[in-house]
Amino acid sequence: MEHYHAIHEYFPLIQNTVIMLAVLSIIGYIGAMAVSARKFTSWPVRRLLLWVLGVATAAGAFAGPIGNMSHENFIAHMAGHLLLGMLAPIFLACSKPMTLLLRALPTEYAKKVSRLLNTNYAKMITNPFVASVLNIGGLFLIYQTGLYVWMHVSILLFIIVHLHVFLAGYLFTISLIYVDVTSHRYAYWYRAIALVVALGFHKALSKLIYQSPPAMVPVDEGRSGAMLMYYGGDIVDLILIVILCFHWYKSITPEKAQSRKASMQK
Amino acid sequence: MTRKNTMQSAGNKILLSGVLIGIGTMALIDEIIFHQLLQWHHFFDFNTMQFGIFSDGLLNAFALFAIVAGIFLFAHVTKLYSYSPLRWWAGIFTGLGAFQLFDGIVSHKVLGIHQIRYGVDILPYDIAWNVSAVLLLIIGIVMWLKTRTHTARKAGG
Repeated sequence: MEHYHAIHEYFPLIQNTVIMLAVLSIIGYIGAMAVSARKFTSWPVRRLLLWVLGVATAAGAFAGPIGNMSHENFIAHMAGHLLLGMLAPIFLACSKPMTLLLRALPTEYAKKVSRLLNTNYAKMITNPFVASVLNIGGLFLIYQTGLYVWMHVSILLFIIVHLHVFLAGYLFTISLIYVDVTSHRYAYWYRAIALVVALGFHKALSKLIYQSPPAMVPVDEGRSGAMLMYYGGDIVDLILIVILCFHWYKSITPEKAQSRKASMQK
Repeated sequence: MTRKNTMQSAGNKILLSGVLIGIGTMALIDEIIFHQLLQWHHFFDFNTMQFGIFSDGLLNAFALFAIVAGIFLFAHVTKLYSYSPLRWWAGIFTGLGAFQLFDGIVSHKVLGIHQIRYGVDILPYDIAWNVSAVLLLIIGIVMWLKTRTHTARKAGG
């Protein structure tokens, strides 16, 4: 495993930094809750729990049992990818960090942030198809080029790639399910198609990895990792599908009509 | 909305709900029975065309989405309308047959994504697979035609 040495040396440093960032982000969220509670009704504690869960899930890709092995073992690497790029973003988005930020910030800064969310750039990258390309396309680059090997040699590439996986995963999530502040909205069918296409390409990529795992990965390990990516992706994307369909169901089923039929039946 | 329109819309929605659930269910049956329990199908067949990898991924992603969307659509219909359960089943059988037939012809044969079973004479398996698909499809279509004449008679009388 000579080729992993570069990362191996720095890995404890990366782990410590991630844990520090995780703790800071939780303290920041609690601080924002306190500030927001002075101006608005108090922020629900369950969202703090979702935030903590999301931060812990993301940190789990680097530290803990999976994280410890992730830079040496492809299966652990893939489990980390599912945690960092897919599961953590769902928890984090559901804790509504952008809404909390806008509430906590002084009005003038909140206005600046909201202007930022309304720029054409923000509009472009929150288009579900653009977000899918950034997310899934990035994965194709990692596993279908030499990037997977290079990122284990260069610490800088390692950081950039993981940051990208997390940010693109988060962007992908908020481009599909509107649980937080959303400035540009797309129709349900449009987001549904983007989600199906993205999941389809995710499945295809995992089969391509099965066919030819990245260089330096033992074949058996590569195949097990690919299957984990395939089925793990199904499970996590199922959460996104259920949330999207539930929102759609609520939007086409007026509550009034529901109670009207119920009273008619009595 | 007039009464007739409401009935028509409920009829289309319940049929669509059935088809979506049928497609998703057959994909699940395929995965659970043939991939996991029997292990006849392989996760990956090295004879697969590169295009096949993508079409299979998209098909299975759609099937996963379909079953969830179908269930929520069913919940929607039951909340708002009275509906014909036969029409729902017509949709389900059509969906089951359609997925099975597409999988049996396009995925297995044209794109060679994987075969039904390995190390055996594949022909009887292919015939059984596709004949059962056509049967399911015919059951679905016959049920659907029955609900059509049913509503037509109701509207006429």
